[in-house]
Amino acid sequence: MQMEILAQYFPLFQEAAVLTVKLGLAGIALALLIGVICAAVQHFQVPVLRRIAAIYVEVSRNTPLLVQLFFIYYGLPKIGIPTNPYLCGVVGLAFLGGSYMAEAFRSGLEAVPVIQTESAESLGMNRAQTMRYIIFPQALSVSVPALIANIIFLLKETSVFSAVSIMDLMFTAKDLIGMHYNTTESLFLLVIFYLMILLPVSIAGSILERRLRYAGFGA
Amino acid sequence: MSEILLEVSNLTKRFGENTILDGISFTIRKGEVVVLVGPSGCGKSTLLRCLNGIEDIQGGQILLDGEAVLAGSKELTQMRQKIGMVFQSYELFPHMNVLRNITIAPEKVQKRKRAEVEIEAKALLARVGLADKADSFPRELSGGQKQRVAIVRALILHPEVILFDEVTAALDPEMVREVLDVILDLAKQGKTMLIVTHEMAFARAIADRVIFLDDGHILEDSDPETFFEHPETKRAEQFLGTFRFEKR
Amino acid sequence: MPALGLEVLFKGINFQRLLLGLWTALSISLISVALSIPLGILMGILMTKKNPILRAVLRVYLDFIRIMPQLVLLFIVFFGTTSAFGWNISGELASVIVFTLWGTAEMGDLVRGALISIPKHQYESSEALGFSSAQTFLYVVLPQTVRRLIPLSINLITRMIKTTSLVLMIGVVEVLKVAQQIIEANRMSSPNAAFGVYLTVFVLYFLACWPISLLARRLEVRWQ
Repeated sequence: MQMEILAQYFPLFQEAAVLTVKLGLAGIALALLIGVICAAVQHFQVPVLRRIAAIYVEVSRNTPLLVQLFFIYYGLPKIGIPTNPYLCGVVGLAFLGGSYMAEAFRSGLEAVPVIQTESAESLGMNRAQTMRYIIFPQALSVSVPALIANIIFLLKETSVFSAVSIMDLMFTAKDLIGMHYNTTESLFLLVIFYLMILLPVSIAGSILERRLRYAGFGA
Repeated sequence: MSEILLEVSNLTKRFGENTILDGISFTIRKGEVVVLVGPSGCGKSTLLRCLNGIEDIQGGQILLDGEAVLAGSKELTQMRQKIGMVFQSYELFPHMNVLRNITIAPEKVQKRKRAEVEIEAKALLARVGLADKADSFPRELSGGQKQRVAIVRALILHPEVILFDEVTAALDPEMVREVLDVILDLAKQGKTMLIVTHEMAFARAIADRVIFLDDGHILEDSDPETFFEHPETKRAEQFLGTFRFEKR
Repeated sequence: MPALGLEVLFKGINFQRLLLGLWTALSISLISVALSIPLGILMGILMTKKNPILRAVLRVYLDFIRIMPQLVLLFIVFFGTTSAFGWNISGELASVIVFTLWGTAEMGDLVRGALISIPKHQYESSEALGFSSAQTFLYVVLPQTVRRLIPLSINLITRMIKTTSLVLMIGVVEVLKVAQQIIEANRMSSPNAAFGVYLTVFVLYFLACWPISLLARRLEVRWQ
C-alpha cells in the first residue's frame, strides 16, 4: 500500500462519503415518516388505508433495493415520471426503509399492554392524551433498538446507489480500481470510510440501548 | 340513610355467545364500603370494568349521581374522573417516576396547577407511608409499594367512588397487609368503595355490605355478619367452605 | 396505450432468458444458504464457549461482516483477491464466498441467541433428572432451539435472495443484467421497454421472496 496514493485518493472518498451520508439521512428521515404513518394506520385499523399499508410493507420488504432503484430510475421516466439520480436514491431508500421502520414502530406499539391504555383511561384521559403521555413514550423506547438497526441497515444499503450513477463511495472505489488498478488502496479507503460512517452509529446505538434497558420497564 | 351514589340496574354483559353478567342490580350509598366476593370467573372483575366504562354493556344501565356511565360516550372521560379504579397488576406508568404517575392525570385531565397537585400528591404519599419514594421509578418499588402508589393515583382525582379489583392478588403475603391497611384507612375517612377481594377476613372487617356473585347473578346482598355466619344460599355456603381447612 | 415494453418479453425466448437470469441469482443464494446453515450452527455453538480468544476472534469476525455493506465485501473478495494474490476468481465464486461468510455470521448469531435464550434452570432440571450434558443437549436444548431457529433461517433465505441482486455489480450475468441486455437489444422497436421489463424483474423477485416470508411468519406464529 502506498501512502501517497492514499493521500491522493482521500479527498475523493471524503467527498463521496459526504454525499452518501447526506442522501442516506434524507432517505432515512423519509423512511421514518412513512414508517410512523403506516404503523399508526395499521395499529388503529384505519379501514382501506391499513390494507394499502399492509400491501406496501409486503412489496417493499420482499424486493431488493437495487431492483427498486432500477425500476424507479430507468422504468418510471418511460411513463412520464421524471427522475434524477439523487431523487431516485432518496426515494428508493425511503420506499425500502419505510416498511422496516413501520414494523419497528408497530412492534413497539404492540408491546405496550392494553391494560396500560385502560389504566390511563380510568384516570379520565382521552384517546389523544393516552397516546401522547402513556402509550407513545413506552412504544418508542421499545422500538429504539429496531430503529437503530434499521438506520444502520439503510446506511449500508446506500452502497447500491452507484448503480444509478450516484458518485458515492462504491462508485468512487470502482472508478479508481478501473482507472488506475490501485485496488488495495481503494478497497482500504472504502472500508475505512464505511467504518467511519457506520461505527459511530452502531456504538451510539448500543449505548442508547443500554441506557434504555437500564431505565428499563417491567413495572 | 345517606343518598344513593351508584345505581346499577339490570346490567347485562355478553362476550359473543357467553353471558358474563345476567341482569345485575344493586346500589351503593355515599360512604358505603361494599365488598364483592365470588368464585373465580363469576364476573366480578368484568363488573368493575363495566362500571368504569372499559367494557361496553349489552343491557341495563349504570347511573352515578343520576348520570349514565356508558363506554364510548363523549361524557365518559368526565364520568371516569368520578370513578377511581385500582388494578390487580398496579399498571403504574413505567416511564414516569412515582410523583409524575400521580400528578399527570390531575394536571392534564383536570387542568389543575402542577405545583398545587404536587403538594397534594406528596401529602397523600406520606399518608400511605411512601413520602420518600416520590422520585423513585416503579421498577424500584416492591409490589405493595406500587399498589399503594396506584391507590394514591386514583385518590388524587377526588373520585366519588373507588373500585378495587383484587388489588392484593398479585402480592407476596407479607405485602398484603400494608395495602389493606391503606384501604381500611380510606374506609375510616368515609370514602365510598367497591372492593373485589379474596381476603375473607379483610372483607368481613371492612365491609358494610357483602355482595356474593356467582355465574353472572347476585345470589346474596347482605351485611357481613349475616353473609359469613348464615349465608342464605347453598352456593355461598360452598364458596365460604373453600376457605376453611380441617384435618380429618 | 403507449407500449410499456411488456411485448418485448414475449419476443423469442426473452422471458425464458429472464427466468434463467433469476435462476442464476437464486442458485447463488441457495448454495450460500446451504453452506451457511451448518457453518453458522458450528459458529453459534463455538460462540457460547467460554474460551476468551475464540470468543474475541468470532466477535470481530461477526462485527466486521455485519457492519460492512455486502457490496463492499463483494468488492474486497472480487477485486481484492486479484490484486493481492493474482487469483482471477469468477464473479459467481466471489459471490458464493461472500454470501457464505455473511450467512455464516448471521446464522451464527441466531444460533447463539437461541442457545443462550434457553433458561439456565432447564439445564439444571435436566441435570437433576440425571441426564449427561450430551443428553441434555440432545433431548432438552436442541428441540427448543430448532423451533426458534427454523423460521429465522427461512427468513435468512429471503434476505439472501434479495442480497444476491448485488452480484450484478461485479459482472455476474443475472436477471437484472439480462433485463438490461433485452432492453438494449430492443431499444429501437420498443423504446419504453425499460418500464415493463424492470417491472417484471421487480415482480419476479417479489414472487421469489414473498412465499418464503409468509412461510417463515406462519411458522413463527405457530411455534411461539
